[in-house]
Amino acid sequence: MAVPALRGSVSFLRQSFTIASKDLRAELRTKEALNASVAFALVILLLFSFAFEPTEVETRQISGGLLWLVFAFAGALILNRSFARELANDCLDALVAAPISGAALFLGKAVANLALLVAVELVCLPVFGVFYNVPWTLQFWPLMLVVLLGTWGLTVVGTMFSALTVNLRLRELMLPMLVYPIMVPGLLAAVQLTTPLVMGQPLAADLMPWLRLLVAFDVIFTALALALVETVLVR
Amino acid sequence: MNPVQVAGVWKYYGDYPALRDISFEVQPGACMALLGRNGAGKTTLLRIVAGLARPTRGGVSVCGAECRNRATRHSIGILGHGISLYDELSAFENLHLFARVYGLAEPRRAAMEWLERTGLDRVRDGLVREFSRGMRQRLAVARAFLHEPSVLLLDEPFTALDDRAIALLQTLLRDALAGGRSIVVSTHQLREALELATHVALLVRGRLAHTGERTAEMLEDAGWLYRHYGEA
Repeated sequence: MAVPALRGSVSFLRQSFTIASKDLRAELRTKEALNASVAFALVILLLFSFAFEPTEVETRQISGGLLWLVFAFAGALILNRSFARELANDCLDALVAAPISGAALFLGKAVANLALLVAVELVCLPVFGVFYNVPWTLQFWPLMLVVLLGTWGLTVVGTMFSALTVNLRLRELMLPMLVYPIMVPGLLAAVQLTTPLVMGQPLAADLMPWLRLLVAFDVIFTALALALVETVLVR
Repeated sequence: MNPVQVAGVWKYYGDYPALRDISFEVQPGACMALLGRNGAGKTTLLRIVAGLARPTRGGVSVCGAECRNRATRHSIGILGHGISLYDELSAFENLHLFARVYGLAEPRRAAMEWLERTGLDRVRDGLVREFSRGMRQRLAVARAFLHEPSVLLLDEPFTALDDRAIALLQTLLRDALAGGRSIVVSTHQLREALELATHVALLVRGRLAHTGERTAEMLEDAGWLYRHYGEA
């Protein structure tokens, strides 16, 4: 009983890895979404630095919010391409017809999107540190944990809606409109946790409920997406 | 049990019935030519048999199981309107990807073997976006046959193929039939389809107007079927 289950899990992970490496390879060759996302993120960071005085205490207090706004807006550019990439030459049909579960396909795409979004965020963070004069490296690892958890939530919800909107003519507009309202609890928690961390303060005990909310958001939406994606892909 | 069984399939798009009570079977080693004018429902029916769409009513079984079953999908090869290949990947990377997705034991060997069979081994590292149309089509044929499927579903396979790709596809399809595989082919190109077909099914506005063996009259006069069973 345990051996077939283990074999099934290995096959599932292998297929997810195949899809993730295919998506990353294709994106790194064209750099369509990556270049657009990095450029967009840097422009927003620059414009925000003109709008808010970096030395003001109030500005630092909203720095977590500014950072996640940048991540969410720039991330939408990458997430939009995730399933849209499969439309060229009807590649999505070949994948859906193949003996790969919708969940494995989804997980592979989500992992590739996570890697691309984290790459964009790692470019943004040093620029953010300079523009807003914040000691963001002092709590580097806790900050990385929060960034990874928040980005995974954004990736899971975004990849799911990328699959749902892939055949819509206005998918570039629809994706953010659907993703951002659902992301509110996850983004709220990520913002609350990020603000003290980028100012060099450790995570206090009163912030733990926000961390639990972020973890719960990720777990719930990952489970929902894995369970529902097959229905979304075959209509 | 026949490899392809379609039983009472209906498909609605909103209120419009694209398919109305379609039933037929395809035997091992048989080729069913799915004929009909534009909008008759051929592509919709093939997508349902391939498990790419769900019927509103009725059912499809492939090799004795429901067509969305994972094991069933191993036995289906599909060649649709698009080539289903990634422009940013090389010829080898595309075939290797699908060999891995289909869980083949030796994906590299399978990819190389099909590159050789389709005459693309010399350009194995070339990106698909740099290929000519004929090369892309041959690679698409390789992708559809890569996992040695027992049921082949082909949607307008001869459209826009160059002469080399047509010859390759016809050889592969004849070999497949000789090997006992089943083929369902939808097409407007009656002559190529009827030469290959053992059976025909004519769809008219989503209804099955005729199904049966391909006859000598059909082969001699490609329009015979439309005149006798189709609309004027």
